[in-house]
Amino acid sequence: MIRETLFDVIVVGGGHAGTEAAAAAARRGARVALVTADPARIGEMSCNPSIGGLGKGHLVREVDALDGLMARAADRAAIHRRMLNASKGAAVRGPRVQADRIIYRRAIHSMIAEQPGLEVIAGEVAALTLGGGGAVDGLVLADGRQLGARTVVLTTGTFLGGVMFRGEERIAGGRIGEHAATKLAHQLRDLDLPMGRLKTGTPARLDGRTIDWARLDDQPSDIEEWTMSFLGLPESERLPQLRCAITRTNDLTHQIIRDNLDRSPLYSGDIEGRGPRYCPSIEDKVVRFGDRDGHQVFLEPEGLDTHLVYPNGLSSSLPTDVQEAFLRSMVGLEQVQVVVPGYAVEYDHIDPRALDRRLGLRAMPGLFLGGQINGTTGYEEAAAQGLVAGANAAAQALDLEPLVLDRAESYIGVLVDDLCLQGITEPYRMLTARAEFRLRLRADNAATRLTPLAVDLGLASEARSVWWREREERRIQLCGTFDLSISGADMRAAGADVRDDGVRRPLAEWARFPAVTVGHLATHAPELASAGSATLVDELLQDAVYAPYVERQEAEVRALRANEAIVLPADLDFASIGGLSSEMVERLTLARPETLGAAARIRGITPAALAALLVAARSARTA
Amino acid sequence: MADRDTIFALSSGQLPAAIAVIRLSGPEALVAARALTGKDLPLPRRAGLRRFVDPRTGELLDEALLLCFSGPNTETGEDMAEFQCHGSHAVVRGIESALSALPGLRLAGPGEFTRRAFLNGKMDLAGIEGLGDLIAAETALQRRAAMAMMGGALSRRIDDWTNRLRGIAAQIEARLDFSDEGDVADAGALSDVAAAAGAIALDMAAELERPTAERLRDGIRIAIGGPPNAGKSSLFNILVGRDAAIVSPHAGTTRDIIEASISLNGVPVVLSDSAGLRSGGDDVEKIGIGRAEALLANADIVLWLGSPDEQPQAEGRLIQIASKADLAASHESAGLAVSSLTGEGIDQLIAKICEAAAVLLPAPGDYALSRRQRDIMARAQIALADCTSLHDEILIAESVRQAMAALDEITGRATTESVLDELFRGFCIGK
Ligand SMILES: Cc1cc2nc3c(=O)[nH]c(=O)nc-3n(C[C@H](O)[C@H](O)[C@H](O)COP(=O)(O)OP(=O)(O)OC[C@H]3O[C@@H](n4cnc5c(N)ncnc54)[C@H](O)[C@@H]3O)c2cc1C
Ligand SMILES: Nc1nc2c(ncn2[C@@H]2O[C@H](COP(=O)(O)OP(=O)(O)OP(=O)(O)O)[C@@H](O)[C@H]2O)c(=O)[nH]1
Ligand SMILES: [Mg+2]
Repeated sequence: MIRETLFDVIVVGGGHAGTEAAAAAARRGARVALVTADPARIGEMSCNPSIGGLGKGHLVREVDALDGLMARAADRAAIHRRMLNASKGAAVRGPRVQADRIIYRRAIHSMIAEQPGLEVIAGEVAALTLGGGGAVDGLVLADGRQLGARTVVLTTGTFLGGVMFRGEERIAGGRIGEHAATKLAHQLRDLDLPMGRLKTGTPARLDGRTIDWARLDDQPSDIEEWTMSFLGLPESERLPQLRCAITRTNDLTHQIIRDNLDRSPLYSGDIEGRGPRYCPSIEDKVVRFGDRDGHQVFLEPEGLDTHLVYPNGLSSSLPTDVQEAFLRSMVGLEQVQVVVPGYAVEYDHIDPRALDRRLGLRAMPGLFLGGQINGTTGYEEAAAQGLVAGANAAAQALDLEPLVLDRAESYIGVLVDDLCLQGITEPYRMLTARAEFRLRLRADNAATRLTPLAVDLGLASEARSVWWREREERRIQLCGTFDLSISGADMRAAGADVRDDGVRRPLAEWARFPAVTVGHLATHAPELASAGSATLVDELLQDAVYAPYVERQEAEVRALRANEAIVLPADLDFASIGGLSSEMVERLTLARPETLGAAARIRGITPAALAALLVAARSARTA
Repeated sequence: MADRDTIFALSSGQLPAAIAVIRLSGPEALVAARALTGKDLPLPRRAGLRRFVDPRTGELLDEALLLCFSGPNTETGEDMAEFQCHGSHAVVRGIESALSALPGLRLAGPGEFTRRAFLNGKMDLAGIEGLGDLIAAETALQRRAAMAMMGGALSRRIDDWTNRLRGIAAQIEARLDFSDEGDVADAGALSDVAAAAGAIALDMAAELERPTAERLRDGIRIAIGGPPNAGKSSLFNILVGRDAAIVSPHAGTTRDIIEASISLNGVPVVLSDSAGLRSGGDDVEKIGIGRAEALLANADIVLWLGSPDEQPQAEGRLIQIASKADLAASHESAGLAVSSLTGEGIDQLIAKICEAAAVLLPAPGDYALSRRQRDIMARAQIALADCTSLHDEILIAESVRQAMAALDEITGRATTESVLDELFRGFCIGK
């Protein structure tokens, strides 16, 4: 077979997963090709132009801590910023921005273009090619070109067997205006991989000039100037901030929807894939929560140079005329013009239990999968997986250390672990509730948790590494400051309303008193008031606040890591282990846990079954 | 279960026995041995006689043999210690309770010593085969225990708590993960959620007050007390049905604790006799009196043969007895008249004991918590009781999560998914 070129890593798909995968692999020193159907649409936000949110914001910060692209692009494109849960504990605060779609795409384009070792190739991938041992060794494009690669990362989103639904219409394709990669889908089906079908939807896009904004409540952008990326954003690059508005559905809206349910593919039985419960269509909301008198709708501008407005909360696959009718029943939208009507899409995904913790496909060495193809939904979930898959594809091609994160150190670890072990029954979205160690996994301490690892693995650029070293030095200094011991009298002198019980306490402990503010602490340690260190000081304050609770979880973390250290042989035959029920054998065989700890987290695996696994693992080794 | 903790367990058979062996394994094993014995440790693998003292109270628990083994050349591959003490319930309980109070130490779970031996490569293939049987047995046992719970009152209670907790968790998780949703913002106040968790803590506290399964298995602890020569040992012998304790007209005859497991009208009882309480006496008698006081303080029921105004401080119930009822002098004393010589009042005494015991034992057909279940439930209870004093949603969520994880340990179910199910059923969420 004649090949034009040989790459270390080829990434297929230029979405959020693909761009992170390609950039991560290139940062580790691999020679990378990013092959995508339409390079102009690299970094496209196919749906809601917002990045971050609850749970998702944590992922973005972690991707940034590992020197990924998403947070920096989001900062440059941000036209509305909100710190969700700002009034709640720092561990569940979620940064969210609304991004100008075009500027976001431009930011991703420029980062991809500037990344050394990364080449963009336009083309539709028709098939993978296999070499010795069934390992992937390249791919064929639809126009016949062949590319060789040591490893391949597939991040093709909803393009596997995608079908769009709107009322009675059916269109093959994953996004309006693009066609589905059906050939590639066939090849993957032929491999006999476990696959499933899911659905998701998107609302109509509205012409903002036809909305009566004056009648609606505002939702302004945060005044406080935080950024998604730890690297910050120069003042000069900040975009003007727009406002969003809020309207509501009402009885008339619901009536129109109810009257037309028979024209919805969701209710006519045409859509078989399972949709996400946390992102229901308006049809679903009306049917399942009939008792509610209205549902909130956020009207979000899509950018600075466009009149398009995204009505968040109104995802629908009803026919166009019905969408228009129910939209116009709402306050402020009486005259609204629909630019693109909403639709639902159904697509194939691969059962992620077929993957190992590097996101490598066990059935085909050298092939890695990231993003929506693994059954997740959301830009952030896609980006996080892309980064993991790309970093590990590079690791395999260049014989480097893999990037494997655990549940106690990151949301990314939770995401990958949940996917690989539990599989999915609906499109998977990150929630803080999924992270049992969330007290330690805050969005604000993601860099402290993960950047050192990125530096060690060669996953961080020189610029990031320099930033890290400087910041770490400052952090250690400030930690020392928090050890400073002072008395209750000193705190009172600083103006804090605390009791003087004669006990001297370190500043870290005083920080836990509700009556004590940074200002009080800074009276005794002026370095805490230095403007350049504000976010670091904030992080250390939160460390102090949560310390006793984090401490309590320490035993759980130790148990997790102890069981993680016990490796199960890759060829362990679960069916031959006495005492396991057939349901256990099935779950274990599908997920193939790599460690005893992973096996313990699979639902339905009992302590006695674990003991049996342990014995089997040990005897396999000694035999 | 954390493999870094130091574990301990009684590794000899049923109590009471001549000698009981308590073994410790883990990084803190030798530290713990020193904490209880105070002195230098004996040379490795050599037995040394030591006085075992409760570090919390300074109370003498026993004089016993201590053996120490340094890892990794031990059975589990870790540091180990072995106490060979007197095989009475009181002594073993005292030592176990002193050990649990030390940081990093806890009672071993079933099969845990074996598990550690495995982890540290201390078992050969033959041993592994053996373990297979052990697991099978353990599983059968667990299955039987689970079956007994299933459909029973205990599992109904736990189900009820789990359901309520799941509802609370769904409320809090919705507030955390979907606070930007209109539907969630309208939900009730945080203090209501915390109060609901607090209410479950109260229920659990009441549950923890109930009789334990150990009482049924090990027997009700009854101690006979009073001044020297009051006739304690005589009463002991009559109740036990044989001459187990020495009786003599000399005051201060009994010095050590004497135990016997008996059944009184079908109620399992561990009866103990001890030294008569008085000031003075020689050193040995003083030690005996110390032990007697501790015994009376911890007994479920005290049979008191002394004067009513000298009744000891006791946790359990006290039955006042006028002993030697056949003698004229006894007639002025208050309490149930009993004579070991004539047998007068003995039947009434047994009836009284059974009446007091009924409160302490689970009713026939009712359930009781095992020690493991109680420990787990106590953990859940503490976590939930905290909730009412917290104002940070995420900390309340953490307490609820710990409580649910604890209940899962009893029932073997997993919950994160079920909380999410509840959440999406109850709230209209999503954009
Ligand atoms: C209708 C709809 C609504 C959604 N709503 C939201 C939302 O509101 N919020 C949210 O966070 N997420 C939403 N999502 C999900 C989100 O868009 C995806 O989860 C995320 O973009 C997935 O990223 P990805 O990188 O995996 O795939 P995509 O971003 O879909 O990227 C796939 C890329 O692969 C390329 N490609 C596919 N096949 C081939 C091939 N054979 N050869 C070459 N290139 C190929 C495509 O051209 C594309 O560039 C929605 C998705 C859809 C479809
Ligand atoms: N008449 C009569 N004598 C009794 C009775 N019970 C015990 N005695 C006598 O009282 C004396 C002391 O009895 P013990 O049973 O040894 O008394 P004790 O309370 O165990 O004494 P110490 O062990 O020394 O504290 C013995 O001589 C018994 O025979 C009784 O019911 N009636
Ligand atoms: Mg006596």
